[in-house]
Amino acid sequence: MKSLKKLLSLSLVCVLAVSALVGCGGKKGGGNSDTYKIGGIGPTTGEAAIYGTAVSNAAKLAVDEINAAGGIDGKKIEFDFQDDQNDTEKAVNAYNTLKDWGMQILMGTVTTQPCVEVAGKTAADNMFQLTPSASSTDVIVNDNAFQVCFTDPNQGLVSADYIADNALAKKVAIIYDSSSVYSSGIEEQFVKEAAVKGLEIVANEAFTTDSKTDFSTQLQKAQDGGAELLFLPIYYTEASIILTQANTMGFKPVFFGVDGMDGILGVENFDTSLAEGVMLLTPFAADAEDEATQNFVKAYQDAYGEVPNQFAADAYDAIYIIKAAIEKTGVKPDLSAGEMGDALKSVMSELSIDGVTGKSMTWDEQGAVSKSPMAVVIENGAYKAMQ
Amino acid sequence: MKDKFNFLKNSSVKSMFVTYAIVIVAYLVMEALMFTGSVNYLLMDLLVPLCVYSIVAIGLCLCVGYLGELSLGHAGFMCIGAFTSATFSSLTKEFISNEIVAFLLAFVIGTIFAGLFGFLIGIPVLRLRGDYLAIVTLAFGEIIKNIINVLFIGKDSKGIHVAIVDPDALKMEADGKYIINGAKGISGTPHLSNFTIGVILILISLFIVYNLVHSRSGRAVMAIRDNRIAAESVGLNVTGYKLMAFSISAAIAGAGGVLYAHNLSTLTATPANFGYNMSIMILVFVVLGGMRSFRGSIIAAVLLTMLPEMLRGLSDYRMLIYSVVLIAMMLFNWSPKFKELRSKYAGVFKRNKKSKEAV
Amino acid sequence: MSFISYLINGISLGSIYAIIALGYTMVYGIAKMLNFAHGDVIMIGCYVVFTTVTGLGLNPYLSILLSVIVCTVLGVVIEKIAYKPLRKAPPLAVLITAIGVSYFLQNFALLIFGADTKSFTSVIPMNNIKLAGDKLVISGVAMVTVCICIVIMLALMTFIKRTKAGQAMLAVSEDKDAAQLMGVNVNGTISLTFAIGSGLAAIAGVLLCSAYPTLTPYTGSMPGIKAFTAAVFGGIGSIPGAFIGGILLGIIEILGKAYISSQLSDAIVFAVLIIVLLVRPTGILGKAVHEKV
Repeated sequence: MKSLKKLLSLSLVCVLAVSALVGCGGKKGGGNSDTYKIGGIGPTTGEAAIYGTAVSNAAKLAVDEINAAGGIDGKKIEFDFQDDQNDTEKAVNAYNTLKDWGMQILMGTVTTQPCVEVAGKTAADNMFQLTPSASSTDVIVNDNAFQVCFTDPNQGLVSADYIADNALAKKVAIIYDSSSVYSSGIEEQFVKEAAVKGLEIVANEAFTTDSKTDFSTQLQKAQDGGAELLFLPIYYTEASIILTQANTMGFKPVFFGVDGMDGILGVENFDTSLAEGVMLLTPFAADAEDEATQNFVKAYQDAYGEVPNQFAADAYDAIYIIKAAIEKTGVKPDLSAGEMGDALKSVMSELSIDGVTGKSMTWDEQGAVSKSPMAVVIENGAYKAMQ
Repeated sequence: MKDKFNFLKNSSVKSMFVTYAIVIVAYLVMEALMFTGSVNYLLMDLLVPLCVYSIVAIGLCLCVGYLGELSLGHAGFMCIGAFTSATFSSLTKEFISNEIVAFLLAFVIGTIFAGLFGFLIGIPVLRLRGDYLAIVTLAFGEIIKNIINVLFIGKDSKGIHVAIVDPDALKMEADGKYIINGAKGISGTPHLSNFTIGVILILISLFIVYNLVHSRSGRAVMAIRDNRIAAESVGLNVTGYKLMAFSISAAIAGAGGVLYAHNLSTLTATPANFGYNMSIMILVFVVLGGMRSFRGSIIAAVLLTMLPEMLRGLSDYRMLIYSVVLIAMMLFNWSPKFKELRSKYAGVFKRNKKSKEAV
Repeated sequence: MSFISYLINGISLGSIYAIIALGYTMVYGIAKMLNFAHGDVIMIGCYVVFTTVTGLGLNPYLSILLSVIVCTVLGVVIEKIAYKPLRKAPPLAVLITAIGVSYFLQNFALLIFGADTKSFTSVIPMNNIKLAGDKLVISGVAMVTVCICIVIMLALMTFIKRTKAGQAMLAVSEDKDAAQLMGVNVNGTISLTFAIGSGLAAIAGVLLCSAYPTLTPYTGSMPGIKAFTAAVFGGIGSIPGAFIGGILLGIIEILGKAYISSQLSDAIVFAVLIIVLLVRPTGILGKAVHEKV
């Protein structure tokens, strides 16, 4: 009996080892293909699955559109999206899996912590990397990495300025996710800028990934502090609970969110009357009137049955940005990842793109995007642009 | 001369050498494959994580299998090893240029700290039994993770500053730099881990645990596991032995953490890498490996870490299949029906072997 | 005034932990296993209510009933497939299988219902009560949750004391082999326990999602762990213990956030747990209570 157990485990080891080695050699270095191979990385399982899935869906949509229209200069795009479960180590595995597949350009990763790690890897390979949504400044320290979204400090800064300049409130409370790089990054900068602008922070409360069901305490402290405005640099999943609980308590400050708040109206079965009057700074609004946004939203809804959030919009733009960069340089798909990286990163500062997340987006030396966030307010269950 | 090698006849000693041999052979095979360039990128970067989880599994195996105490907090010890060593490395990376010395020092620091925490936590905790011990270790793991997420350590010309919750309390000079920056963790840890170091650490861990279980102290530990009251009545220092085994187990987990930290340039404490889920995952390695087998723990750690990567082709169904495989493996190992089936086929297999030998 | 409202919030959060902990503790008492999949059964129950109410427009009460039935069946099926074959195996093996089942349910839900957040409409028609000039608000959901929790606890205790099946459970939890010799149907009793525990999970799920209205495939896992902590806190295996443990855990969590630090709330909860267990190594009501199930 024991020997069989051993035999089994040994044979399993062999099978796995062999299957791991299958398809080695040959493919190294990308090249020699007739298609552009673009890879994507993000969480499609685990707690952050909602973001990775949105990016994956939207990117596939964009790729299909481009291919249906004849590809880039007649060459098709192949797209493969790998799951990283929002974990640094698994993101490296995903990156290597894509490299084994022959990836030439990386559109990812979706979340910040894994992205910082992968950015180190792409820098070593000189692979062109464009992240749709990893917003920390650490992501773009290398010259081969670019962002479609705003950086975190930028969002904190702009939010505080907007609140102070428009005199929305004097007393501000914050609820943020202290275990998230995204949220604590915005919070940190917001607090600094608020001090400069003379905003009084009456409550600065946190929650963590492990205790994000109940926000009554944080809200109570904000209310006791007499907050006129509640700044929420968090994602809409938690924000929807906060809105519900604040409503139960009868606490009615101005709610002010950032790009993570976008999507709150798309939550299935959400009572949008709760979000009435919520303000947010976002580059993307799913019910914007312009044609590009409407086409994207319609196509996304047809394909996946839900309204795209800001992650999806960033990813959709990311693919078109890559397309524009390829067209600008005229690189052919037979180049290796490193050669393609050299060509693409040199033209990024010359591009100006009209996408669904912003008009005439440009990139600075750092790799950060320059686009203007829209301040919108939710009225009658829809976004309305503010001055 | 003959007597000298008599100890080889002891089956547990033989099993020990087989384990060393498997690790070394696996190392040589992988090195050879890498030398000939026939290893893909995925496997190449997966080798160090495989070592990390093997080491932590060895540590937990000592705790669960030999000490007989269920710990759900080993990810916490790993976390301590990782963060103390990475903090040390980022503080000293300008002064120590030799990579091996740097890693060695970081390794010593991380292991000692993890062992120390194991000791401190063990004093109150080891009084508890069974599931109560499990939940308290889980609680400690979560506390460690939570505190590290709000811990700020900075360095400036005036020295090192430490603060909890509020980064402004560091009161750093303008030239200050964060070492641990709250939830953003530690970035810029030098990349010192590699496969060779990982395998050496596995061998060291194996050496320590095998020597322990074959020693007088090890027999005492196992006696306590099998019957605490009997052990106490013959005068064994139950608390002392328990603490020793638990601290060693924690220190080995910390060594795994050191390797983990120096394999990645960014280190953050998230539920995925240092939360209770990871503790449970390591427990899965140990249980699947046969609970009291270090070799089994290593094999299970390697297989189960690779499995989700091998299943990538299934895309959306990947983690679903993974969970099914996990359940199936447990049923296969322990269910009486499967045991029957297995012994039936094992019988066939043995008979074949015998008949061959007869020919 | 804010202290009172913190306390109320704590009790309402705690009573949800308590209901989940009741399921945990029952299963533990009988099968001596930590059913890590319990939190995910809760999540499945929530999805059943969500899809039938918002998708099919079913009456909320009917859908809760349906969800209880689905969860009960699910619990029994899980027990039959994954746990029963391992009854003679070491307890750790079963623990790992339970974790496998937990992963399975999460990923199953991810495939079927998708990763996007659903907003759960409260199915509890109770209005909020406002006291002291609107300064103090007691939510209807909180009141209903506390009441249901007490009713369930009392019902369970009566069931175990007064009915034959309940006595059989008690017997199995004391000594499986002796119970079998005395003619108790051990397998049937264990299945019944899983059925009741999972049925309770469905109710807990509805209350959880009514109070905190987001639903994702991972909704159940963290409350599950917290409830497990609560069950240990109160003395695992003890039904009133689970209730007290749950309520206390909720209050500590809220007060810790309010008066110490919201950044350290997890650490505070777990630190209190450790201190309590060091003083009373078997939990608050650990051994003193004889209604061990």
